[in-house]
Amino acid sequence: MSAEPAATPVLELDRLTVLYGGVTAVRGLSLEVMRGEIVGLIGPNGAGKSTTLHAIMGAARVHDGDVRVSGRSVRGRAPESIARSGVALVPEGRRIFAELTVEENLRLGLSGRRGRAGEDEALEEVYALFPIVKEFGRRQAGALSGGQQQQLAIGRALVAGPELLLLDEPSLGLAPRVVDVVFDALAEIRRRGITVLLVEQRAQRTVAFADRTYLMANGEVRLTLGPSDAGDTESMVHAYLS
Amino acid sequence: MSGMCFLGALDAQTVVDAVGLGAVYALMAVGIGLVFGVLRLVNFAYGQIVMAGAYTLAFTSQADWPTWAGIAMCVVVTVVVSGLMDRLVFRPLRTQSPAVMLVTTFAVAFLLQNVALLIDVRDDTIGEPAASVASLNRAVTVWGVEVRKVTIVAIVVAVVALGVLALLLTRTRIGLQMRAAATDFSTARMLGVRANTVIGVAVLLSALLAAAVAVILTVQNPLVSPDFALKDTIIVLVGVVVGGIDRLWTAMLGGFAIGFTTGVINGALPTDKTVFLPSVVFLLVIGVLLVRPDGLFARGRRGLVERL
Repeated sequence: MSAEPAATPVLELDRLTVLYGGVTAVRGLSLEVMRGEIVGLIGPNGAGKSTTLHAIMGAARVHDGDVRVSGRSVRGRAPESIARSGVALVPEGRRIFAELTVEENLRLGLSGRRGRAGEDEALEEVYALFPIVKEFGRRQAGALSGGQQQQLAIGRALVAGPELLLLDEPSLGLAPRVVDVVFDALAEIRRRGITVLLVEQRAQRTVAFADRTYLMANGEVRLTLGPSDAGDTESMVHAYLS
Repeated sequence: MSGMCFLGALDAQTVVDAVGLGAVYALMAVGIGLVFGVLRLVNFAYGQIVMAGAYTLAFTSQADWPTWAGIAMCVVVTVVVSGLMDRLVFRPLRTQSPAVMLVTTFAVAFLLQNVALLIDVRDDTIGEPAASVASLNRAVTVWGVEVRKVTIVAIVVAVVALGVLALLLTRTRIGLQMRAAATDFSTARMLGVRANTVIGVAVLLSALLAAAVAVILTVQNPLVSPDFALKDTIIVLVGVVVGGIDRLWTAMLGGFAIGFTTGVINGALPTDKTVFLPSVVFLLVIGVLLVRPDGLFARGRRGLVERL
């Protein structure tokens, strides 16, 4: 389509406005995520971060503006249709199917692939990244620890073979050691060239890790930060509180 | 056998009939439970799908169709009626409250009953005989017990149908997607599970079960009328709630339990007292719900998850 495909953002939010329970949760949010980038989205509770991800996935109705994936609008499309066009979400709270086995949870992620080709390879790649998922394959997923469930949730998103991976607070409620596991996995995902939009509460770590980080408050972007800003907590705190 | 002795006054005949009734009600319970799983919708009009299948058997029998062709047509009719119900009624209402959906299925049930009445009374009588399948009602002797062939058919059909369904749910991709959708539909969709496919397959499977139920009930009661299967649906719905509606196997056990209990009490009551059958059954139901409000077979769990 385009003469320079690299110039087309994988994700484009264009003055996105989303209502959530009668309240404007996201107001006129614009941002771009380029191919291969890891972009962070931080901000206090209620800033509209999760709602933004839900709007991208088609799970929250877009009131105004547009969501474009690889240049094409996905506004108004069903979540399953957006998932099948190469967007995968690691949802807040993991949303693991507790009564299914670990392997069944992982295989459910295959539903997001466009065809049946390459499924085994996709599963093997996740097993290599998270050996625990293979080891506990036959267990009920609800019996896993929080960190193990988070690895399963990320693996479940990866087997769909997404171009764009959305993560909603993957480190929430995890022990520091397990948070390291999650961020190591994200580094590996970056090496594989998957584009990532990472919603996090751990502001400093996210700013240091991501190529670019947007700070959101009250449904709007307040600041755009680069890795070098990670030390400058003052501007962040200021933006949080304003 | 000691089990037979324990049941005391009950003869083997009653027990076999009760198992047969339990099998039919288990099929209906699963048919209702499948749709409930993906739509969080209690389909009160399920009995009318069975009724439509039964009328098909009656009319094809009167038109001298071979039995197999009548049964095939019965399957076609239950699938078409279920499909239309999903497309025209359930799909537009998916985002409505459970109360709205339940009341709507009441309306659909009465609508279909009245449509059936209009078709039925064209010959100035109510009720249409289905003679072609009636031969299954003859008895055979198995180990000294008189068993109607249809009872054997009911038990075999229930075991086979539920076995195949269990395999489908546990061994196939669509089965996995249906189980996931039944617990958390919105997450399943965000993983790429197609809502319309999952719901469509659930509706189709429940229609196939309705066709099987239509055949068995028509054999037992070959005079098909507009209220055909209505009483059974009410009893099964109660059984499903008693068993635990949010899971297929508890719903199935609930359906079987209430069918079996109804059969046993029916056998135990003196013939002139059978009018009290529903009273006795529902008294038991009230007792069970007082002791185990989450369902007879439910383990301690959280409440129902949100609908699509």
